[in-house]
Amino acid sequence: MEAVQTQARRDRLQQVFEIFATFFKIGFFTIGGGYAMIPLIKDETVDKKGWISDEDIIDIFAVSESMPGSISVNSATLLGYRLAGFAGAIGGMLGVVLPSFVILSCVAAFASELDANPVITAAFWGIRCCVVGLILHAAIDLIKLSVQDAMGILLVIGTVLLVVGANVHAIFAIAIGLVVGIVRSLLSTNKPTKGARA
Amino acid sequence: MIYIKLFFIFFRIGLFSFGGGYAMIPLIQDELEIQGWMDTTEFHSLIAISEITPGSISVNSATLVGYHVGGIPGAAIATAGIVLPSLLLALLISKFMQRHERSELMQEAFLAMRPVICGLIVAAAFFVAETSILKQPITLGLPKGFAQLPELINIKALVILGLTLLGVRRLKAHPILVLTCSALAGIILTYWP
Repeated sequence: MEAVQTQARRDRLQQVFEIFATFFKIGFFTIGGGYAMIPLIKDETVDKKGWISDEDIIDIFAVSESMPGSISVNSATLLGYRLAGFAGAIGGMLGVVLPSFVILSCVAAFASELDANPVITAAFWGIRCCVVGLILHAAIDLIKLSVQDAMGILLVIGTVLLVVGANVHAIFAIAIGLVVGIVRSLLSTNKPTKGARA
Repeated sequence: MIYIKLFFIFFRIGLFSFGGGYAMIPLIQDELEIQGWMDTTEFHSLIAISEITPGSISVNSATLVGYHVGGIPGAAIATAGIVLPSLLLALLISKFMQRHERSELMQEAFLAMRPVICGLIVAAAFFVAETSILKQPITLGLPKGFAQLPELINIKALVILGLTLLGVRRLKAHPILVLTCSALAGIILTYWP
C-alpha cells in the first residue's frame, strides 16, 4: 500500500516537473510577450504532449485573457492547475516566469547597450516578422476548430475589426462573446436536441 | 522599506490590469513617475528591452524596474508581486470552473467565446505586424487605415512571414527552429544591398 502511494507521489512529482520544464522552454524561447507564446503553448501542450484538447486550450486562453495579469502567466497557471492541481499551477507559473527573471537580471546591467545594437535590432525584427506568422498559424488551426456557423464567422471578423480598427479593449470583445453565448443558451433551452457541446 | 513598497506596487498592477503585458505599461509608467524611480526616457528603453528579451513583457519589465530600484532582491520581489495575483486568481477561477463544469450555461458561454478568442489572436498578429511587417503603424483607423496598407508593407518582412508559414504549416518545422532561422534572416535581409 505504501509502495503504491510512494509511486503515485513520484509520478505526480514527475508530472509537475514536466509542466515546469515545458513552460520553462516556452518562456525561454518566446519573444514578443503573451500572444507570441500562444502558438508555442498550443504546439507543446496540444500537438506534442497531448495534455489537453484543442477546444480546452482555447477555453484556457479565454479565461487567461479575461483575467487581470499577464496572459502567459495566467495560461501557465491555469493549465498547470488543470493537469496537476495546486503543485501543477506553481510548476507552470515558475516555469514561465523563471527564464524572464534570470535573463533580465543578467541583462539589466548592460540593458541600454543591447537596445542600441543594430545587429540585435535586425535579428529581433526578423523574429517579430516570424512571430506574426506563428500567431497566424495558431489562429488558423483554432479558427478551423471553433468556428462552426455564421455567428462564429461574424464574431471572429467583428472582434478583429473592433480591436484592430477601433481600438476596443479585448475585455469588451470577450464580454460580447459571453453575452452572445448566454443569450443563445437561454433561447435554446426549449429545444430538446441541442448537442452543441464540442 | 523599499522592498515592501515595490512588492505592493507590482501586486496592484498585476491585480488591476486586464489585457496582458501591453495593458500594464501605462500603469507601470504612472507608478514610476509617482515614486520618482525612473524618468520617461529610461522607461522607454526599459520597455524596448522587455519586448526584445524572451518571456512575458509584464514580468520582464517588473524584473527590470525591480533591479533598477533594488538590485537582484528588488527584481525578485517585483516579479513575485506581479505574478502573485495571477496565481491566486487562477486558483480561485479553476476551482469555480471545476464546480460548474457541467453547467449548460457555462458551456454555451465558452462556445461563443471561442471565436472571439480566435479574433483576438488574429488581432494580436496585426499588432506585432505593425512593428515588423509594416513600415509604420496604421494610425488612421478604419477604413482609411486599411486602404493605405499596401504601400506600408515591407517586402523583406513578407519574405520572412511567408517562409515562417511554409515552415510551420507545410514542413511541420518546430516553431523554435523557425524563430532561430528568422533571427538570422532578419540580420541578412537588413544588411542585404
